[in-house]
Amino acid sequence: MALLEIRDLHAQVGGRELLKGIDLTVNAGEVHAIMGPNGSGKSTLAQVLAGRELYAVTGGQVTYQGKDLLALSPEDRAREGIFLAFQYPIEIPGISNQYFLKAALNTVRKHRGLPEFDAMDFLDYIREKVDLMKMETALLNRPVNTGFSGGEKKRNEIFQMAVLEPTLAILDETDSGLDIDALKLVASGVNLLRGPQRSMIVVTHYQRLLDYIVPDYVHVLAEGRIVKSGGKELALELEKSGYAAFGIDEVEEAVGKA
Amino acid sequence: MTAAAEQASAWLRNFTEQRPSAPWARELKAAAFARFGETGFPTTHEEDWRFTNVAPIARTVFSAAAPAEADAAVLAPFAEGVRLVFVNGLFASAASEVPPGVFAGNLTEEAAAYLGRQAGLDAPFSALNTAFLADAAFVRINRGVVVEQPIHLVFLTTANGVAGPQAAHPRTLIVAGPDSQSTIVESYIGAGSYFTNAVTEIAAGPGAVVDHYKVQMESLESFHVGSVYAGLGRSANFTSTSISIGAALARNDVTVTLAEGSEAGLNGLYLANGSQHVDNHTTIDHAKPHGTSRELYKGVLDGKATAVFNGRILVRKDAQKTDSKQTNKNLVLSDDAVINTKPELQIFADDVRCTHGATIGQLDAEALFYLQSRGIGKRQARSLLTYAFAQDVADRVRPKPLRDWLERILIEKFHERPY
Repeated sequence: MALLEIRDLHAQVGGRELLKGIDLTVNAGEVHAIMGPNGSGKSTLAQVLAGRELYAVTGGQVTYQGKDLLALSPEDRAREGIFLAFQYPIEIPGISNQYFLKAALNTVRKHRGLPEFDAMDFLDYIREKVDLMKMETALLNRPVNTGFSGGEKKRNEIFQMAVLEPTLAILDETDSGLDIDALKLVASGVNLLRGPQRSMIVVTHYQRLLDYIVPDYVHVLAEGRIVKSGGKELALELEKSGYAAFGIDEVEEAVGKA
Repeated sequence: MTAAAEQASAWLRNFTEQRPSAPWARELKAAAFARFGETGFPTTHEEDWRFTNVAPIARTVFSAAAPAEADAAVLAPFAEGVRLVFVNGLFASAASEVPPGVFAGNLTEEAAAYLGRQAGLDAPFSALNTAFLADAAFVRINRGVVVEQPIHLVFLTTANGVAGPQAAHPRTLIVAGPDSQSTIVESYIGAGSYFTNAVTEIAAGPGAVVDHYKVQMESLESFHVGSVYAGLGRSANFTSTSISIGAALARNDVTVTLAEGSEAGLNGLYLANGSQHVDNHTTIDHAKPHGTSRELYKGVLDGKATAVFNGRILVRKDAQKTDSKQTNKNLVLSDDAVINTKPELQIFADDVRCTHGATIGQLDAEALFYLQSRGIGKRQARSLLTYAFAQDVADRVRPKPLRDWLERILIEKFHERPY
């Protein structure tokens, strides 16, 4: 059984259809790249999978671990092992990163039937992840994403992913706004988290990220549909000839912001 | 008798049946009662009371608060440090240990020189309070004395077997000598249905530092009207923090008059739910040059609560180089809650910097989704974000026992602890 089965998925926002019949199958341990120009619907797909209410699903099914994913609340999806790394991580002044992570981790652990961590257990656990991801510990005590640089925010997303240990990670333009050094750091963090029991959907506009996070499959999204699927070489082809060679027009960015 | 006549005669009866006043206070009290007789209670036709209807107070016949036994320790925010307790407006227990150079106790004749200086008799509720002046909290800090521990004034109102609503008129007078440093915490708490009409006067001498907190945690069936008046000497530094959580109807006024080079910080946090109404009126009077004021008031409104923020900043002709900043932020959690916020800047000097801003917002949908996408349930996510909103005012509370208490209250209110 596939981990994730998306069948003929349609979604719209404000009466405008952004996903017009997506089909995608992701098996355990696979990394799928979704590429597409601005406005192709790739961020919409990422957010719909995570349960953002802004988008109305108007047709199709999504099955995750045999369950009807679309019937679950965003928090239940997270507890079932879905993780979305945001394109624009949200700043939350007044809540420390560490507290936020502890609250998140304990709800997830509780859901999985594991005992909740107390402050000491949590510190031990988090220290391990800090070392693994080469995070600066100072970031833990700062309010969530507040005053973080673009690179720090993206690293914080991957750090959260390391802490929550998802089964399916969706990375929404994790490369956007990063210089090459920051990109390498983020990508190496992601690569450390790859494994046979963890699948990933990597959404990106540019091939560059895929030099560092090498996918098993590449899908090209245009106007709300997957127009081409292939192996990792498809990304290189796209990079060389551009979206236009595939008969795809770049349109204005229509998603990501309410 | 008409209802109005009945109330007027009840106030007159209460006034005349008071304990005999100290001779030095008689004239002031008589003048205050006469003044209140002229004005009566304000109505919504008056600009200062446009959004706060005190008819529920005006039409209730209150009996004078009677002496009662009460365990303030159970209800007061914290028990550390120097503490005076007043029950139903009457002096109940003295401070255990007062540091040298400090007087903290019931009103003495020495207070006569200061009493009414800041408050005046023009505001009807302040006049009414003065008319019923009896016991009062009097704190005097001598020149140059630094008081480390907060001085805690607890005003408790309780029916305690007396039928019908009672009115208490707590009064506080703080005289901070030149270059002294002190922290004063006033707590208003109670049980049952009653009316607290409080007045606080603060005279801060030149170079004095006064950190003042008012915690309004009255019973949810009560009315609370309270005014803090502060007069600052040259280069004095005054901070007012007003936390308003209780009462069915609460009105909190803070009026500060600055001298040359003085600094005022006004912080406020108001939480209202159900059918609570809370009104904060502040006035910052920059009377002299080189004054600085910083104001941050935040409100969280839920249910059918209504709230008012009116921030008046007056920069007089003399007050060049004034630097003033006012911020009012409101978080509205329900569709039925209402906030009226109004900055009121009157600037008569030409070389000043004055800014103001007000916001009214709901919980950020993207932030909610962000928390949910990490597994945090919607209800907990809402609590966390609400706490986060109030956090920066709570962070400005300097005495640790009070800050801890406030965080506990916020957590109880919002069910969640983010640190």
